[in-house]
Amino acid sequence: MSSVELNGKSYETDEEGYLVNLGEWDEDIAAYLAEQEKVDMTPSHWEVVNFLREYYNDYQIAPAIRVLTKAIGKKLGAEKGNSKYLYELFPYGPAKQACKIAGLPKPTGCI
Amino acid sequence: MLHIVNKSPFENRTLDSCLRVAINEPGAALLLIEDAVYAASKSGTFESAMKDALGKVKVYALWPDIEARGMQDRVIEGIKMVDYGGFVDLVAEHSNCQSWL
Amino acid sequence: MGEEMTESTGGIDFEDEDASGVIKKFMFVNRKAPYGTIYALESLEVVLISAAFDQDVSLIFMDDGVYQIVKGQHTKAIDVKNFSPTYRALEGYDIEKLYVEKESLDQRGLTEDDLLVDVQVMSSAEIAKIMAEQDVVISF
Repeated sequence: MSSVELNGKSYETDEEGYLVNLGEWDEDIAAYLAEQEKVDMTPSHWEVVNFLREYYNDYQIAPAIRVLTKAIGKKLGAEKGNSKYLYELFPYGPAKQACKIAGLPKPTGCI
Repeated sequence: MLHIVNKSPFENRTLDSCLRVAINEPGAALLLIEDAVYAASKSGTFESAMKDALGKVKVYALWPDIEARGMQDRVIEGIKMVDYGGFVDLVAEHSNCQSWL
Repeated sequence: MGEEMTESTGGIDFEDEDASGVIKKFMFVNRKAPYGTIYALESLEVVLISAAFDQDVSLIFMDDGVYQIVKGQHTKAIDVKNFSPTYRALEGYDIEKLYVEKESLDQRGLTEDDLLVDVQVMSSAEIAKIMAEQDVVISF
């Protein structure tokens, strides 16, 4: 367990750098986590991160990659609903990187 | 299919639920193990339910569990005894099985 | 597929279990209330993982298991995660066969309208039939 200090606010993270308390998430910590993952956040990245947060809010789990691509395709259009698109945004795995930036727990059986 | 129950019917309703489902399937078998062997007791609360079940499905009890609990002289007629080898045979004979938790 | 395999392996016949793409019928039987023990949550996790293996998965809710999918669960005050919304994610995982035993609902004064997911309500007799057709039945 360690913590990150940003603009006077403290965020608790686990040994892999995932945010421990989902409620502490804000855009500052998201930007910090993205930097740690060497992901340059563009509006397309934020779109996926926000989608994941909404999904988690609705269902209380981080989706499996297959489920994520399908759900994104449905909501944001078929050209975004495929793993190629998601891997281009998050080269080290959408679940690992995008979930981490979104402040979600590591998904079960994740990539 | 083979249904396996391991809880005493006096403290847990699993046997009721299992029977409610199992008696509908002609080829079904019920195996009582561990504390569920108390359901095989003659002249107890469950005697009539077990006798009803015996008319519809095959009922077995695991002998080592019966013996361990001193139940050997009180078992309802018609309930067949199996040893551990018989337990394995039952599992192998049926297409699938369920251990009711 | 079985025939092709026999040919390409010079007549050696593989058992079904060894061939890829064999789809088996897996049924998860949920009979425990959600928060008193860990069974319900464990079952849900196994179900979600099973979806990754493209098997024919179905779920039965009976006895206190029907309480897992009852509407209006708020767990904040007992400081336990409310995992009931996750049952609504199952559809996205292509797990659409959710069966509920009518007798269990009746015993608890519940109806289909009290449940937070679309289910098929069935009698014990119908459940018995569908259970007997499974390749694997896993109890929680």
